[in-house]
Amino acid sequence: MTDVDTDAGAPPRPARVALFTSCMGDLAAGGPARATVEVLEAMGVTVELPRGQTCCGQPALNSGHPAEAGALLDRWLRIFAPYDAVVTPAGSCAAYLHHHLGRLREPTPEQRALIQRTYEFSQFVVAYGAGLRLRLPGSVTYHDSCHMARTLGERRAPRELLSRIAELEVREMAGCDTCCGFGGTFAAKFPDVSVAMADTKLGTVAASGADWLVSADPGCLLHLSGRARKAGPPVRTRHLAEIVRDALVPAEVPAGTGAATEVPA
Amino acid sequence: MTEQHSSALAGRERIRPDRPEWAAGDIPPHRRPLPLITRDALTVPTARPTHDRLAALDEQRHVGTWSPEVARLRERGAAIRRETLPDLEKCLRQLTGNVERNGGVVHRAATPADARAVIERIARENGVRLAVKSKSMATEEIHLNSHLTAHGIEVVETDLGEYIVQLADERPSHIVAPALHKSRQDVADLFGQLAGDEVSGDPDELAAFARTRLRADFKAAGMGISGVNFAAADTGTLAIVTNEGNADMVTSQPRIHVAVMTVEKVIPRFADLGVLIPLLCDAATKQRVSVYQTLVNGPRQEGETDGPEQLHLVILDNGRTKALGTPQEEVLACIRCGNCQIACPVYRTVGGGHPYSAVYGGPIGAVLSPLLGEPGKDSDLPFLSSLCGACYDACPVKIPIPDLLVNLRAEHERARPDARTARAGWRAWSLAWRTGTGFRATLAAARLAGRLLPERLLARLPGPGRGWAGGRALPPLREAGAFRRWFHGRDRRQG
Ligand code: SF4
Repeated sequence: MTDVDTDAGAPPRPARVALFTSCMGDLAAGGPARATVEVLEAMGVTVELPRGQTCCGQPALNSGHPAEAGALLDRWLRIFAPYDAVVTPAGSCAAYLHHHLGRLREPTPEQRALIQRTYEFSQFVVAYGAGLRLRLPGSVTYHDSCHMARTLGERRAPRELLSRIAELEVREMAGCDTCCGFGGTFAAKFPDVSVAMADTKLGTVAASGADWLVSADPGCLLHLSGRARKAGPPVRTRHLAEIVRDALVPAEVPAGTGAATEVPA
Repeated sequence: MTEQHSSALAGRERIRPDRPEWAAGDIPPHRRPLPLITRDALTVPTARPTHDRLAALDEQRHVGTWSPEVARLRERGAAIRRETLPDLEKCLRQLTGNVERNGGVVHRAATPADARAVIERIARENGVRLAVKSKSMATEEIHLNSHLTAHGIEVVETDLGEYIVQLADERPSHIVAPALHKSRQDVADLFGQLAGDEVSGDPDELAAFARTRLRADFKAAGMGISGVNFAAADTGTLAIVTNEGNADMVTSQPRIHVAVMTVEKVIPRFADLGVLIPLLCDAATKQRVSVYQTLVNGPRQEGETDGPEQLHLVILDNGRTKALGTPQEEVLACIRCGNCQIACPVYRTVGGGHPYSAVYGGPIGAVLSPLLGEPGKDSDLPFLSSLCGACYDACPVKIPIPDLLVNLRAEHERARPDARTARAGWRAWSLAWRTGTGFRATLAAARLAGRLLPERLLARLPGPGRGWAGGRALPPLREAGAFRRWFHGRDRRQG
């Protein structure tokens, strides 16, 4: 076949898109959440932020409290039900929702469908953001967060997105999908082991020689940047959404979103 | 029967034990909390080199990915290993009948004490003073060596790795490669102390050193003790895979062969070995098949020239059948390949299995150990994991280890002595975060704390922050809620 309109085969873009900030995004990782909004808006998406959202419950489940986790999951399902798509900058939360819905609850078909239209940031941008023009000189190395790579099975979308950024070099590091040691409550229960694992990861990042360590999980990034700031090596971290936002070619940025202003790290 | 002494162990008194308490052959009954043990483990000199060796092995073997051919075996193997679970007892009865028909004697042992007593009795009744052993995690589980030794029966490990840890008075740190936490030089030093002489670190020479010393013991031993990799219910065949051939010796040279298996080792059919042995070998050592496969079909029969006079099969339960019918039963599909251990970044970082302070370390240990022995023992092990999921990808029989870890964490929380307080904290959290106001209050409190308190002080407050702050800068709490303010403020600005 010839002369096929490249957009013709693409699925129609969801109309109502909600951002699931994640509790981590609200508490300590606002930068990635803001960058997600800015990128989605550059795609022409109107992002809604459901006010009542809190947390998906993952910390409770992984700490051995499924009842408490389930209560928060129920709330999550109610709050996000009205939307055509949910996008989150937290790969781990997306994975949790996909994997544990059926383990914590006996979901209705509607609830299953809601999870099916819940996307990790890069999945959504790769699916619907073909028109974005991206350029950013420099180099990055991508850390696969465990839940995103293994539970959600998503290793391709973030790399595809990075590869679409002109002038950006992507350097794969050794053991790119080896756990960084964050592990949620593990980081606090076994701090020494967790930190030793961070050191291993930071060592391979430094050896890659990349300018930035990029990941799609605020948890890993807080852990790794916290360790780097405390004890080195001087690795600079960036959430994938922030890299993509920084790479937006200016004409693509709708006026008034303030994408040029510095976002707190 | 004349008094026999092991020649392989001669000189053992010259060895200067040099290992942490938690690596000992017999685990101290009142162990310290895991966070403290694992912290210490990071400072053991062998920890870092062990990590680096294992991480290199993990990369080199592409642990967690499967060739199309092995991927097909994996699907079949996973199904075969679950086939027995709905009626394990039936399979065990069939196995028992066939082993007996082949001339063997079957002993069922509910507890480690039962198993020890049976084996000790067999040894005593036959005047055994020296036993040679091939690799068996089941006998580790029942602490057989120290028991038999205490009753005047010497036991010699004949698997090279097991021999090394036996000399060092340690437990296996990996279920397939027991001495993987030791470098060649460590082994050369150990053998040197045993021999009272220099021993070279050349791997061939180290193996030759052990083989020479073990040879006399194979001849002199009155009893051979082996593990079992798979026991075929339909034929009563016991299958053992090794790369050193020592199981062939252990099961054929001495007059008596005692095979020790745990209940889940039974498989439905002899033909299943065609799937399970290659699958096990791929996962354990990336071999298409091991160098030796030992198939035991009973003691020496009329007219045969070799083989033991007696074959005993000890089948140990030790709490396993209690897991049947629960979500945890999938643990019993395990084929003990040790791949999840190699894949596990926590296991690698702490330098192998010893700091887990259980017979089985690493991911499989964290899901299996809590089911064994007294209730509550090792119930905290499932927390020693970052839930990264590498173990699941590495498992040849697709045991959902991360999910099982999460289940066991919940069980631990339910059963801990201060369960009510622990739960109350999480319940208060969940109640607060079930309302938008409660969540916003948390954000406001975090922001206030971040603004008013210096990081030094924040790091000392009780709670998770303290664990975090030891080695990491705290997240910028004063920015809590900043994203929402930006988002909604922008709406207002834009009218
Ligand atoms: S749990 Fe799976 S990977 Fe781990 S030892 Fe058992 S079979 Fe091997």
